Amino acid sequence: MRLVNMRPGRQTRFYLLALPFLLVAIAYFAGSGARLAQNPNDKLLPALPSMVQAVKQMAFEVDPRTGSYLMASDTVASLGRLGSALAISTVAALVLGILIGLLPGANALLGPFVSVTSMVPPLALLPILFIVMGLGENSKIALIVIGTLPCMIRDLAMKVQELPREQIVKAQTLGASTWQIALRVAMPQTLPRLIDVLRLQLGPAWLFLIAAEAIASDSGLGYRIFLVRRYLAMDVIIPYVAWITLLAFLIDVGLRVLQRKAFPWFASVRAE
Amino acid sequence: MSAIRFDDVWKEYGDHIVLERITMEVEPRAFIALVGPSGCGKTTLLRMLLGEEQPSRGQILVDGKPLPAEPDADRGVVFQRYSVFPHLTVLQNVMLGRELRDAKLIGRLFGAARRAAADDAMKLLAEVGLAGQESKYPSALSGGMQQRLALAQAIMRGPKILLLDEPFGALDPGIRADIHLLMKRLWNETHLTVVMVTHDLSEAFGLATRVIALERSRNRPEERERYGATVSRDLEIFPRRSAELRTTVQPAPAGTTRSGKEHQPGRPGALVLKGQP
Repeated sequence: MRLVNMRPGRQTRFYLLALPFLLVAIAYFAGSGARLAQNPNDKLLPALPSMVQAVKQMAFEVDPRTGSYLMASDTVASLGRLGSALAISTVAALVLGILIGLLPGANALLGPFVSVTSMVPPLALLPILFIVMGLGENSKIALIVIGTLPCMIRDLAMKVQELPREQIVKAQTLGASTWQIALRVAMPQTLPRLIDVLRLQLGPAWLFLIAAEAIASDSGLGYRIFLVRRYLAMDVIIPYVAWITLLAFLIDVGLRVLQRKAFPWFASVRAE
Repeated sequence: MSAIRFDDVWKEYGDHIVLERITMEVEPRAFIALVGPSGCGKTTLLRMLLGEEQPSRGQILVDGKPLPAEPDADRGVVFQRYSVFPHLTVLQNVMLGRELRDAKLIGRLFGAARRAAADDAMKLLAEVGLAGQESKYPSALSGGMQQRLALAQAIMRGPKILLLDEPFGALDPGIRADIHLLMKRLWNETHLTVVMVTHDLSEAFGLATRVIALERSRNRPEERERYGATVSRDLEIFPRRSAELRTTVQPAPAGTTRSGKEHQPGRPGALVLKGQP
């Protein structure tokens, strides 16, 4: 049988899915074991027990200096920044995307500007943000917004423009004003697509969050990783990276579920 | 119920003349079928009637007044595809016109007004044979049902003119026969002037009061750009067909709607209805 026709069953699919994860784990622990056998004080590839010990200390024991659970307070700080930045980006992208996608005049005015701004490398703006807004929360949130918003607007405007012209005409023959078209035709159909756009921007958003926290911050997941880097504390860094990955994965799954539950009509539209 | 008048209408795109010298009168309550080969400008003519395109020369008058330059609620439309909104249920699709008319700011009705609109919409749905489908999304309907829904949605808003752009072109023959019956009934029971673009000559002669053929008179390659299509035939159907002025809107008599069978196009009996009233 040809490879293109071989479809794995449920069980095979599960094993196949687990295989790459297992291989990475095996490679890591083999390497770790070999290094630790040579030098028990090696810090580069810590063994599982030392990582468990570090997580226990970071997550479940009160830090004597700050009086808080460090991993929890880092997570809250980071998710707060990410959440408020993405909230701003999402709302702004929805409004501007519909405006640009629906109104030819707004497209002429803002379309090229958004395309150009989406080419500006956001990290290059970080010094400017720090100078203008200080080192506090605002500059970090601003970095994430600047990093994600132009692309979101551009993608969303494109999705609005992809709505069949027939629908816009049909709405007008039902007596809809421009405002009503935006409210009853464009926006409800843009919301599920907005979730797609948001999911695509989650990666960049995390990137800019960690970068901003690494450079100037006193809390957050990125801050912690770069802080303990000075002590080569791989036993903290690796669990933190895994934790960030898990958070990002869960947010992505959550958005996918939200899209399926809140917009049951969307799956068949996308399939067309 | 509106009279339409084309007054020496031309449509050109740059140097390319698509339509030329279109002059015709359409009497109120007529059912016009526009036929002609592909690319002869049938759809362009319909889009001009819709207000989506403007004539390059001449003008179109409706009841003596120049046609507004953009689509409005006086002119309903059903396209071959994308005529209904995929994010609204069947009932919401039909109610939309009423909601847009009565709630200018938020485009939604609540409470008693909403219930009244829903009641009217349900009556209309029953009439086009979509009773029991009201909470489905359009993607769950067959092609024929979607076009019934599009008709109901357009009629709910009470247009004076109904424009149909190959509305039944993508349907199976049996389903098409059923929806032709529905179309005839709607035309009889509402006060519509209908203009339909179609490829199907038997559909044109079966439904319309008048069949208008558009054709290019000069078709040599070097002439194609500079000579557009114009009205080449204007046939009144004989024996003369005219809309009955039945004022009461009755629910569908048994047997004239077969929506329940639409998902089984090959089923025996689907064609039985041909040649009924």
